[in-house]
Amino acid sequence: MESLIQNNPGRFRFRRLTRAETRQLLTGLAFISPWIIGFVVFTFYPVISAFRYSLTRYDLIRPPVWVGFKNYIDLITIDPNFPKVVYNTFYWVLFSVPIGVIAAFLMASLLNTEIKGRSFFRAVFFFPSIIPAVVVAMVWQFLLNAQFGVFNAALQGMGLPTIPFIANPDLAKPSLILINTWAQGSAIIIFLAALQDVPRSLYEAAIVDGASAWNRFWNVTVPLTTPAIMFVLTTGFIFGFQVFTIPWLMTQGGPNNATEFIAVFLYRNAFVNLRMGKASALAWMLFVVVVIFAVSLFKSSRYWVHYSSDE
Amino acid sequence: MTTQVSRSVSPKRSVQKSTPSFRQRFGDWAITFLKYGALIVLALSFLLPLYWMVTSAVKNDPQTYSIPPVWIPIPFFPENFVNAWTSYNFNLFAFNSIFRYALPVTVGATLSSALAAYGFSRVRWPGRDVVFYLCIATMMIPPQVTLVPLFIIFKDLGWVNSYKPLVIPAYFGAPYFIFLLRQFFRTIPDELSEAARIDGANELVIFWQIMLPLIRSALVVVALFTFINVWNEYLQPLIYLNRLELYPLALGIENMRRTIFQVGGTRLAYPYLMSVSTIIVVPILILFFFAQRTFIEGISVTGIKG
Repeated sequence: MESLIQNNPGRFRFRRLTRAETRQLLTGLAFISPWIIGFVVFTFYPVISAFRYSLTRYDLIRPPVWVGFKNYIDLITIDPNFPKVVYNTFYWVLFSVPIGVIAAFLMASLLNTEIKGRSFFRAVFFFPSIIPAVVVAMVWQFLLNAQFGVFNAALQGMGLPTIPFIANPDLAKPSLILINTWAQGSAIIIFLAALQDVPRSLYEAAIVDGASAWNRFWNVTVPLTTPAIMFVLTTGFIFGFQVFTIPWLMTQGGPNNATEFIAVFLYRNAFVNLRMGKASALAWMLFVVVVIFAVSLFKSSRYWVHYSSDE
Repeated sequence: MTTQVSRSVSPKRSVQKSTPSFRQRFGDWAITFLKYGALIVLALSFLLPLYWMVTSAVKNDPQTYSIPPVWIPIPFFPENFVNAWTSYNFNLFAFNSIFRYALPVTVGATLSSALAAYGFSRVRWPGRDVVFYLCIATMMIPPQVTLVPLFIIFKDLGWVNSYKPLVIPAYFGAPYFIFLLRQFFRTIPDELSEAARIDGANELVIFWQIMLPLIRSALVVVALFTFINVWNEYLQPLIYLNRLELYPLALGIENMRRTIFQVGGTRLAYPYLMSVSTIIVVPILILFFFAQRTFIEGISVTGIKG
């Protein structure tokens, strides 16, 4: 299709479409019409609406009352829980995501070596990631129980002191990070596929040049898998900011608010305390933070992501 | 005139081959040992929670709370499965999960995403790629942002306490799958579409009778992932469903947990919870084993192309 923009200096105008092009345009729009309608109704309008609600006080029973930016200001200044929530969320994102990515990458590298039964091990590593969060929460809560969970029962059996994994505020988040790492199956699969795409000839050339195993890993393997690392990192951050189900079910945001992440705090404000305005303000703050993170990641990718082909 | 045939030097020639020394052989053996050792230790750790879930399901109370822990319960009590399942209305919950939630959403998401992916790839129209980038940009929006307004909209429509807010939006395309299916549509040569158009077929016919069958494996991936995501979903049903008879399995088992621990007598609480958990996980296990290849390919494609 020729450019639609007329090439006259000083003038900026779209040329008229030919009949065939018009037909194509209508056809294309027709096919994506479900998505467009869905986007407007279920995404665009609600996002704008959320901003409007964030400027009100609304408990679903009485009509919304305009309060300007009070929700935002109160959250930042006088809300007693907000600072903890922000700390928890950033702690979570900045620890769980890199740890998860590195662990997944190492396990995928292990799977990428010459081993028998790769499909079996791959299946074992992947399976935990598709177990329902409710089940994960219940099983791990049982497992980490301070008295008779399997770890502590074993410790007691050996006469050692127990570890209150989720009862201790300082251990709660690390315990959740452990569970999160256990469920990194899809990241392992993505990394494994990317690792297997690294051309063998590069490794051979490196060996000829006398590169050690570590050298080969750091200078061949890692750079060539940076697109996959970028993908896993980005989606990891985006989902990391939204973590809800496991902390809600396992620790209910405790103990002592140690696992009160922003999505948990938001849910509590919206559906337990019926503070829809405050919840909307929280939601928009989360939105802005996620966009900043994602855009920064994209901008930074120019410096460390190496694409071997351009589609 | 004679032509010279040049031979490229095979890389193998430049690597020295010699019989490995004892030290080298020992080093190789040690690495292999470490590799498999690490794999087995990791595999066991990954399986431990699941093993614990299944064995706890068939324990009785003394075995559950014993110190040191009981690794292999003897005797064991398989009747826990039946008793736990029937102690609550899990048949209804399963019915809800499958027929009122997972299947409708899977059908809707697959179909609508395929339609949109087709429009973004097999038809040329001005602004197409820009709109597509907008589509995938929406994946960045945390669901929490739309949570409250959507709830208010659905409340005003009277759709709360039904499956409508959970199922109907699925029929309007899911960006992740639109992205995936678009990648697959792009691998089909233009000539196929052109030939069909010349033969007089309209776009819808081309879509339905030619293109869809060609990306069957990708459609299976989308359906599989959608089904499993819905099977596991907790937050959305939590918000919109208030009546017990509507609960899907995820809410049902959580409800069971809350009631069991409220009612002081916690007899067989954990074994029953683990029994139900095991049963809920079984369909996923089965789906996974039958479709392992498709699963794994599906994820890797999005990851590498993404």
